[in-house]
Amino acid sequence: MKNWKEKAMHLLFLLTACVSIAAVVLICVFLFASGVPAIQEIGLFRFLLGTEWRPGNNLYGILPMIVGSIYVTAGALIIGVPVGIFTAVFMARFCPEWLYRIMRPAVNLMAGIPSVVYGFFGLVVLVPFVRNTFGGRGMSVLTAAILLGLMILPTIINVSESAIRAVPQSYYEGGLALGASHERSVFHTVLPAAKSGIFAGVVLGVGRAIGETMAVMMVAGNQPAIPEKLTDGVRTLTINIVMEMGYSLDLHRGALIGTAVVLFVFVLIINLSFSMLKRRERK
Amino acid sequence: MHACRRDPYSLVLFAGVWLAALATITALLFVIFYILIKGIPNLTPELFAWKYNSENVSLMPALINTLLMVLLSLVLAVPVGIGSAVYLTEYARRGNRLVGMVGITAETLSGIPSIVYGLFGSLFFVKFLNMGLSLLAGALTLSIMILPTIMRTTEEALLAVPDSYREGSFGLGAGRLRTVFRIVLPSAIPGILSGVILGIGRIVGESAALIFTAGTVAEAAETLFDSARTLSVHMYTISGEGLYIDQTYATAVVLLVLVIVINALSELAAKKLGGTTNNG
Repeated sequence: MKNWKEKAMHLLFLLTACVSIAAVVLICVFLFASGVPAIQEIGLFRFLLGTEWRPGNNLYGILPMIVGSIYVTAGALIIGVPVGIFTAVFMARFCPEWLYRIMRPAVNLMAGIPSVVYGFFGLVVLVPFVRNTFGGRGMSVLTAAILLGLMILPTIINVSESAIRAVPQSYYEGGLALGASHERSVFHTVLPAAKSGIFAGVVLGVGRAIGETMAVMMVAGNQPAIPEKLTDGVRTLTINIVMEMGYSLDLHRGALIGTAVVLFVFVLIINLSFSMLKRRERK
Repeated sequence: MHACRRDPYSLVLFAGVWLAALATITALLFVIFYILIKGIPNLTPELFAWKYNSENVSLMPALINTLLMVLLSLVLAVPVGIGSAVYLTEYARRGNRLVGMVGITAETLSGIPSIVYGLFGSLFFVKFLNMGLSLLAGALTLSIMILPTIMRTTEEALLAVPDSYREGSFGLGAGRLRTVFRIVLPSAIPGILSGVILGIGRIVGESAALIFTAGTVAEAAETLFDSARTLSVHMYTISGEGLYIDQTYATAVVLLVLVIVINALSELAAKKLGGTTNNG
């Protein structure tokens, strides 16, 4: 009787462990089964490289959205990476104990604020700011990049901070012993040693930025055209899906799921490079 | 720091890190206080009326839905998350290929953008399983989304339980199952709790994954198959209509307060863990 119970629970635990595998398989099957036929019908090259997205005229080119996602993500990195890494260095090596007790929860809170709240903040503060300072309509690549730069900060800070903390203290002391100042020692011995961990943080930040949906949609303007200036409106892959999914039918719907497939493949590549970097860091 | 005065390069780096930290904190405080200052005066009693209509734009039904969504998603995700963590740490043999597979899939799940989850949920739960836009479809989608978080934190908590506990239990003649439920899991509770709290935070803040799975009906759900908008979705919907800016600020305040409370709880759980997440 007892043995029977043990065996049953063993099996149950095994089954729960398989749930996440099943989930990934299901997600892949359902996305690809509905997205790939539509992409084939449109034509892979016409879909990926077409510059016109006009569902009314059966034109489904997502190049503007791919470029839009890349622009916005790159902009977010330009803003978020330097600030994020310097803040991580501060928290790991410069921060007095009492301040750390404020910084740590603050960064955690920053990661916890819902994206609609960020988006709304962007809408009421950043959009007018960009409109008045740089011209244009305010909803633009620049606005989205600033907002996303802010949103990926906690990711970059957390991963970089633990990478910096993982560097052996002897590296830092070695720098000091050779006569380097505290700052030089941190930036020239500790930071290079934490390089791959910090890079992993940046890659994770790219994943966050490219996948963010609601916040960017509220500030980006959402025109499906390749932006020419920083103050032009932009539509990302995620925005394309969430804006039109509600009322789309047939091939239009398929093209939107195809957009999700492209996004999914991007994210898979990003995740893969993140876990490779993390593995390298461990060695 | 002493060398700063003689070495301009060090001084620049010193100033750089302090400025970056200052910028981070200032940005956070700006977001929080801007919302609070604009929102608190708009927190009127009508906002908390039991029924929603376009006059009062009440957030109460959405708040109730959020609570239901959190409970339902946790009921679905927590047993599975804990179960798989128990399997990975207590049952699987070393070098078991399943362990590697589960690790990779969990990592993949945690990187998938929420809009992709939303799309999957609408294809699978809403259409294929015919649940319609419903509380249940939303909760199922979210439970997959938070599964890796709960699994990972539980796994870490279980690994931190010393082997001597298990050996002691086996030595007293307890079986594996009894050891897991009586010895290992109870000592891992604070760690599991912090994972659960993180999961709650994600559910409360989620919007993109819910629009196409739980829908946007602004009434409290009465059955599992009713469409229900949570607070985040509610805030997104009313912000888009352009007529309810004041109410949107107020809703943002309620959301922020929820998130701050959840974060404070998770700090508390982390402290119970013995400060392992907080020291250097």
